[in-house]
Amino acid sequence: MKARIIVTLKTGVLDPQGKAIEAALKSLAIEGIDGVRQGKVFDIEVSATDGAAAEATLRTACEKLLANTVVENYAIEIL
Amino acid sequence: MRAAVIVFPGSNRETDVVRALRRSGAQVDLVWHADHELPVGTDLAVLPGGFSYGDYLRCGAIAGRAAAMDAVRAHAGRGGLVLGICNGFQILCESGLLPGVLMRNINRRFICHRQTLRVERTDTRFTSAYQQGQVIDVCVAHGEGNYFVDPETLARVEGEGRVAFRYCDADGNVTVEANRNGSLNAIAGVLSERRNVLGMMPHPENFVEGLIGGTDGRGLFDSLAA
Repeated sequence: MKARIIVTLKTGVLDPQGKAIEAALKSLAIEGIDGVRQGKVFDIEVSATDGAAAEATLRTACEKLLANTVVENYAIEIL
Repeated sequence: MRAAVIVFPGSNRETDVVRALRRSGAQVDLVWHADHELPVGTDLAVLPGGFSYGDYLRCGAIAGRAAAMDAVRAHAGRGGLVLGICNGFQILCESGLLPGVLMRNINRRFICHRQTLRVERTDTRFTSAYQQGQVIDVCVAHGEGNYFVDPETLARVEGEGRVAFRYCDADGNVTVEANRNGSLNAIAGVLSERRNVLGMMPHPENFVEGLIGGTDGRGLFDSLAA
């Protein structure tokens, strides 16, 4: 089973990298961008065959390692 | 004082911290990150600076889950002393031994310069050789040293007097200019609830010999070895 985990910074947490990317987009004269926040995507192969078991495994993975829940949120998508 | 310096793949400041500890009279062992135990009789566990695991995922994230960190966590749980410097501070935050997280510097640059710190309290095992409010001259060298924590935890950390060092100017004033990585409340070093764990971004081990530019870092190691 394939899954995708998306880790994003929580609202209100400063994102200097996102700001740098936003400035770079402006410098490329790409119009109409009001803000950029950078996150991470993990594409994961899960051995579980049912969605609930896979999600439980991935939730543990996020809580223990993939996200730092002090500053990050995560979303799990079973593909 | 018996100290165990934990070496992770990508640690690079262990030799300096070993030297600083020995200079102050500590007996020091190096411990590999995959070891499950600290040497018997360890008083102090030290997590040195560097770029453990190449800073992959997040700084300190992978090292924070290493086997040796279970031993460090157990040591801290028994009231044992733990010191994390730079990457070691990041590892302590990632492992849950200290609150908060070290984010990318506010100016998005790797900063590497001499830095003055104000000693916020001297009634700890890490700072007793300093004077209250003393301004010490050490170094910083990091890209992710911007201390961040949620407002409730910050209020608790401040309320409990757990800030050991703040970034300040040469006169001891905590200013925006002196806080170059953008840390909340200019926090440069924070203590655990029981004050047996200290994490700090600056490098006191850089300045223990006059020949190399300063000796203000000695106080920390002298405090520990006392």
